[in-house]
Amino acid sequence: MNIDLDFSTIYTFMFSLVSWLLWAVGRVLGFIGIDEGSFFYPIKQFLVDPQFVTFVSYLLVAVIYFVFVFLFAGLTVIWMERKLLGRFMDRRGTQVGVLGLFQNFADGIKTLLKEIIIPRDADQKVYTWAVVLIIATSAMLMGLVPWDDEFYAVNVPLALLLGLAVFSLAPFAILIGGWASNNKYTVIGGMRAAAQLIAYEVPMLLVVVSLVVMTGSLNFVEIVNWQNDNIILLVPLAIGALTFFVAGIAEVERVPFDLPEAEAELVEGWQTEYGGFRWGLIMLCDYIRAYIVCALFAILFLGGWLGPEPIPGAVWLLLKTFFLFFMMVWVRAAMVRIRTDQILKIGWRRLLPLAVINLVVVVLIKVYSVGGW
Amino acid sequence: MTEMWMNMGPQHPMTHGLWNLRVKVDGEKITEAQPVIGYLHRGWEKMVEARDFQQIIPMADRLCYGSSMTWSHLYCRTIEELMDVEVPERAQWIRVIVCEMQRIASHLMWLAAVGTDLGSYTIFLYCMRERELFLDQLMNLTGARMTYNYPRIGGVRNDLPENFERDTLRVLNLFEKRLKTEYEALCDKTVSYRMRMENTGYLSKADAMNLGVTGPNMRGSGVDFDIRRDDPYEKYDEVDFEVCVEQEGDSYARYRVRMREMQESCNIIRQAFKKMRPGPVRVKAPRNAPKKTAFAHVEDPRGEGLMYVVGDGTNQPYRLKVRSPIFVSVSAAPVMLIGEKVADVPAIMGSIDMCLGETDR
Repeated sequence: MNIDLDFSTIYTFMFSLVSWLLWAVGRVLGFIGIDEGSFFYPIKQFLVDPQFVTFVSYLLVAVIYFVFVFLFAGLTVIWMERKLLGRFMDRRGTQVGVLGLFQNFADGIKTLLKEIIIPRDADQKVYTWAVVLIIATSAMLMGLVPWDDEFYAVNVPLALLLGLAVFSLAPFAILIGGWASNNKYTVIGGMRAAAQLIAYEVPMLLVVVSLVVMTGSLNFVEIVNWQNDNIILLVPLAIGALTFFVAGIAEVERVPFDLPEAEAELVEGWQTEYGGFRWGLIMLCDYIRAYIVCALFAILFLGGWLGPEPIPGAVWLLLKTFFLFFMMVWVRAAMVRIRTDQILKIGWRRLLPLAVINLVVVVLIKVYSVGGW
Repeated sequence: MTEMWMNMGPQHPMTHGLWNLRVKVDGEKITEAQPVIGYLHRGWEKMVEARDFQQIIPMADRLCYGSSMTWSHLYCRTIEELMDVEVPERAQWIRVIVCEMQRIASHLMWLAAVGTDLGSYTIFLYCMRERELFLDQLMNLTGARMTYNYPRIGGVRNDLPENFERDTLRVLNLFEKRLKTEYEALCDKTVSYRMRMENTGYLSKADAMNLGVTGPNMRGSGVDFDIRRDDPYEKYDEVDFEVCVEQEGDSYARYRVRMREMQESCNIIRQAFKKMRPGPVRVKAPRNAPKKTAFAHVEDPRGEGLMYVVGDGTNQPYRLKVRSPIFVSVSAAPVMLIGEKVADVPAIMGSIDMCLGETDR
């Protein structure tokens, strides 16, 4: 199958930069005498090999994205949550530095400097790799979500499906992470998380199916383009949008569905034993996932980067995303945590029927209004 | 999954204060519960036997810093019973006022703690904000923020400061307004809050009476009893108030009882300010106690607080026994917890308003 991956300008730029750099290195090596016939010639050949250039540029783009993603989450989303929660709770929120932006850096440095502790009886490999899995999937998701029709890391034809598949790796990581910590609280937290995430994955996927029926595409850019040609999907898919939003809050384990990390009875749930920078990265990943869910909602239902002209598309997407995150913070400020059985009840008995109704509505619209298949 | 024992507290964030709850869980379901106390035991009852009656008043404050006024008031009342001291009327009214203010502050701290148990930091901060208003008034009156050392044997330490009535009434107006708007919106009208509180931690009327549970926990189970009405002390027989009783016996009923009690306390304070007349606030009490015993009980914010004292003719008590409400309430934990989910443990144990200072003594 021929999948034509569509890379962003940043990748193209990095590719040319790396190939220029390695070409320069090859020139230098040739200059100092390492040339055809020399013992070190294979090293030079390896350095200027197109495959190696591609690999290095992949790596560089990944590092840039990783740093950008975490800085972005730390600077905007966590800061927003702190400030908005402060407002909702009749207090000021963080105040360190300009507009309280420096508190995040202080926290980051603090968690970075903490000792890395692994419990003696923990399953060390699983304990470590569960975190890696969560961080990697979160960063990967960030690369999948586009900012604009010309501003993205990678444009995959099946982006939506790939995104949800990567998203659904989380319960696995959480379950094995909780189990590997060898702690009663983490085991219960991990099981709760797995049950909850699996329960909410189903309605989410059903809503996505209805989206596919409506737009006929799994590509973010095409979905937004469809909305540009017709109507933003929030109007025909209002029920689905609501389902998606509630399921999204549950997927990122925020109040009122934050039972897996309930600090009152399970200390911090499955993350109890994770300390230092691991814990910091897990926390960051929570916010990155929250951002991703909001961005997905904005792209799928609110027309993504569509908006009046003078403001660039990426800014429109950010504005819509931040508005949705504001709604999430509002929910967090107003609600209390609910119980596992209640969470599952809401997931299976409320959201699943709603998602099915949504699917039926979409099919009817598609058949009678948009003009059949 | 097999059954396992889980420890909750004292290093665990669930417990309010230093105590340990061991629960046996089968998956998420609780099959057994054992409260373990004694982490905060200070030998209070033994220590007071080596101090004279005046020196014990500030120690009584330390029984529970959530409602220190009530406990020093109870102590003074017990010694007044022992020594047959008649307290002046104005001092009695002042005691009614400060005890009711203390009750509101204590209930607000309770709701704040329940808020954090349920994962809502908003409830916590709102309650702490309102509690601060009452603490400010009490600080204005007594000079201390939490351990007041204000009642004296034979009255209270000093008369109300200037503008105390005006400021307190302003605080009450503000608080009542917020009670009806913000708290109702945050708690009663929020679906998730009611989902967590309703039908959990059921304590039947018979269980509540047989176990000796008192106070709002008992009234939440439908027992219509309040020491302020049924065995009135100070001036409670001259004020008109309603005893708040709810029939359901679940966490939500206990919550409703406390919310209504805060409203009633506001009414009591208003009436007390109206009926108060100028006069002395303190009489001289004898130094030595007669050779006899006495006891007094009051309606603490958490239940029935009772003190029993044996005098031996010296200026020190021969024996002073404290009956604390939470010591009894916590023993009802297995009745309320078995069969519930682990996630409900904080909500249920929070709803009985734990205070370990008075429990362990």
